Amino acid sequence: MELTVWTYEGPPHVGAMRVATAMHDVHYVLHAPQGDTYADLLFTMIERLKKRPPVTYTTFQARDLGGDTAVLFKDAAQDAYARFKPQAMLVGASCTAELIQDDPGGLAEAIGLDIPVVPLELPSYQKKENWGASETFYQMVRGLAGAHAPAPGTERPPRPADRPARVNLLGPTALGFRHRDDVVEIKRLLGEMGIEVAVTAPLDAHARDIARLGEADFNIVLYPEIGLTAAKWLERTFAQPYVQTVPIGVGATKDFVREVAALAGIDPEPVLAANESRLPWYSASVDSNYLTAKRVFIFGDGTHALAAARVARDEMGFDVVGLGTYSRERAKDVRAMAKELGLEALITDDYLAVEKAIEDSAPELILGTQMERHIAKRHGIGCAVISAPVHVQDFPARYSPQMGFEGANVLFDTFVHPLVMGLEEHLLGMFREDFEFNDDAMPSHLATAGEGEIRVQPQPSAPNGAAATNGSAVEPAADATGEAGTHWDDSALQELKKIPFFVRGKVRRNTEKFAADNGVATITVETLYDAKAHFGR
Amino acid sequence: MSDGSTPMAPAPGCTEDRPVLKERGQREVFCGLTGIVWLHRKIQDAFFLVVGSRTCAHLLQSAAGVMIFAEPRFATAIIGERDLAGMADANEELDRCVRQLLERRPDIKLLFLVGSCPSEVIKLDLSRAAERLNVEYSPKVRVLNYSGSGIETTFTQGEDACLTAMVPTLPDAAPGAAPSLLVVGTLADVVEDQITRIADKAGLGPIRFFPPRNSQDLPPVGPNTRFIMAQPFLTDTAKALTDRGAVQVNAPFPLGVEGTTLWLKAAAEALDLPGSHVDVATAANRDRANRALDRYRPELEGKRIFFFPDSQLEIPLARFLNREMGMELVEVGTPYLNRTIHGPDLALLPADAMLSEGQHVEKQLDRCVAARPDITVCGLGLANPLEAQGLTTKWSIELVFTPIQGFEQAGDLAELFARPLNRKTRLVA
Repeated sequence: MELTVWTYEGPPHVGAMRVATAMHDVHYVLHAPQGDTYADLLFTMIERLKKRPPVTYTTFQARDLGGDTAVLFKDAAQDAYARFKPQAMLVGASCTAELIQDDPGGLAEAIGLDIPVVPLELPSYQKKENWGASETFYQMVRGLAGAHAPAPGTERPPRPADRPARVNLLGPTALGFRHRDDVVEIKRLLGEMGIEVAVTAPLDAHARDIARLGEADFNIVLYPEIGLTAAKWLERTFAQPYVQTVPIGVGATKDFVREVAALAGIDPEPVLAANESRLPWYSASVDSNYLTAKRVFIFGDGTHALAAARVARDEMGFDVVGLGTYSRERAKDVRAMAKELGLEALITDDYLAVEKAIEDSAPELILGTQMERHIAKRHGIGCAVISAPVHVQDFPARYSPQMGFEGANVLFDTFVHPLVMGLEEHLLGMFREDFEFNDDAMPSHLATAGEGEIRVQPQPSAPNGAAATNGSAVEPAADATGEAGTHWDDSALQELKKIPFFVRGKVRRNTEKFAADNGVATITVETLYDAKAHFGR
Repeated sequence: MSDGSTPMAPAPGCTEDRPVLKERGQREVFCGLTGIVWLHRKIQDAFFLVVGSRTCAHLLQSAAGVMIFAEPRFATAIIGERDLAGMADANEELDRCVRQLLERRPDIKLLFLVGSCPSEVIKLDLSRAAERLNVEYSPKVRVLNYSGSGIETTFTQGEDACLTAMVPTLPDAAPGAAPSLLVVGTLADVVEDQITRIADKAGLGPIRFFPPRNSQDLPPVGPNTRFIMAQPFLTDTAKALTDRGAVQVNAPFPLGVEGTTLWLKAAAEALDLPGSHVDVATAANRDRANRALDRYRPELEGKRIFFFPDSQLEIPLARFLNREMGMELVEVGTPYLNRTIHGPDLALLPADAMLSEGQHVEKQLDRCVAARPDITVCGLGLANPLEAQGLTTKWSIELVFTPIQGFEQAGDLAELFARPLNRKTRLVA
């Protein structure tokens, strides 16, 4: 057993859901207990999708365990087929269903559906979400494209000279960190290079698109955690080479353009000359001087951590003081990069180990996941999110790629924003006792004075559960005398404190206005609620 | 799919001869683990350790992680392959996790080992583990266990299981003591305080609340205890309290003016006090609450509402919205219908109200979309997809996370339903 406060990845069947939900006419029948439908709201709430994920759950209960859960599964699969009429079906088990061993693959085969059915074996007690997505995508590619494979050893016929190069984009999924806009940005870049995108998958692909993956000249793996296994299989089966340079950051994007151009047999220089990120100039301008050697700690999935390390060192002039990933599949690459930076890579999915490493390296900026935001907030360190897991605010409405030249612009703004701005930093160094602007306060371009309390919150792990000593610092001392000479009695003041802080000020003002309007001299609990009833929320 | 649905079968044992559509199929609901999200804030010195899989940890994180930035008072001991293969003694592993946890959080006084689907299916005996750990950590930490698994519990039933586990630890009430009142079910602190003030004024006091805010402050229970439920999902807790000799008081739930009044009167009568005490003591509160409701009545009156099953709060909510706000009930779905507990609210529903118990989510969605209600109460997995189809929704979980009980919250409760309709009228295009 493993004590877990926060987990970086969900179980592997969530990865499978990300693949199914990304696609158009694929349905996933998941053998799972009642309650596992919580995963739907990852898609409907965090990613704000307008549709329900294409997943039918068996949602068995304890009373079903005494009966035939296999029949339950078969019925659910048949029902889903009849209702949703998918072009391909994924079938599999969640962690609990794995224990009861009903064999969804075998059961689905026994039904004899007239569409391809891809059985998923996702070992829930060993593997995690990204592996689940990668395995699901790979199995689907094998299942649907495999039928079109040439005989082993067949040479790939050369591309006709008059046809532009055609590529597949592999890896973007539902619930992927900025996948939506990365795809747009990379397609735009490829378009400028005169390269056609045959299929993007799994995001927005149909089952029939997967079947024709072999037709492209080569593949581009945007997210190796999800697309690399399938790309390797396509290379073996269809002799399609693949590009694995992930175009995050200016340098990486240039490398990517050159690598793609080489495979397409074109000259990269016109495209490189026509595109310029603003990051290099912004970073070179004197305002960025103070960014030099800022200590930064980087953690995330392998792809984003590696890319951020290169940008931080080569393009922002930071000192990388910590580098790690929870993607064990990428451990080798991350270790190599860490060595280059003179560091030892942190390969872990233990949130507490990451917290310890951050404490030990005392960075000025953390580039991480949603979980590192928790740590950063507790320690009062600036933080920017560079990788999943993320929450709803990192599925923004605005165009926000990480990849390509526009992605680099986004990265510059994102990395710099949490830092104290240059002038403020100087003034803090000169005048240390200012009552508003001090070390304990958040940078003044970010927060109101009240949020300063965050920086000195004691650790919950402190012995004896030392209580937060400054929680009330947010509130000005409770003042019994309001505007217009109204007076609050003690019980009413106590009651007022029970109102959530973000509406308390409004309630206070309303109550005092109500008292003044009605000639009430002393505000009691009754007055408070009279006013509440009068004004509503 | 053979969902075993029995369309409009008369419900045996219902307080009235009222038809209830019973359905089985895919259920779009939370498991009982979700109860931890509010219970860990209510009982401040308790910690909830789920023994389960990465899915369980992911659920809690997804349900609560959005809001919780500090290290929470819950965690998961994730079962690994070594535990399943018998390579590691699962009990020793659990003990190790508990040791690690208690070293990190020495402020914990009450530890719940919470069972999950995987731990139930592999039959990991958490009650014995709790006994064993109690020997080791008593008296500093008390260790209890309950199951919040999806196979056994739906959403708020997790609280029922948790409180049921606590009932045996309640001290015995002094024999021969005067009848006293116990209010059962998690309420917002501010609501508890309001109830206490009214109870004092109406002569119902002293009253106690269960669960308490602190595990060291357990209410006594015995044959002189009258308990009244503030939440409708506490079937097993009620039974456990009855087994301790306490006497159950049935009433409609304290939602809205009528519900709160009837609830308080039932409590008074159980203590052999005339209900008129309550009328006198709460006249001003009722008047005020009615004024608050008047504000929202024009927005809600005549509107048609559809409830998907979620928390078991659906029937009392439907009663309030129908009788006090003039809403029309299209369908009232509940995950589980307890005829004793829901009886008083059921009796106040219109005779033709369509009730459903359990769920076949696809068929229920078909009914909902065909009926095109003005507002649909449903979970977060359905809300945005229904909005995208042009329906207005009220996401149901908020009703568990907001103070809605009692007179002073009646207006707030109505506002929760008026808000999505109001919003629709504000947004252009």
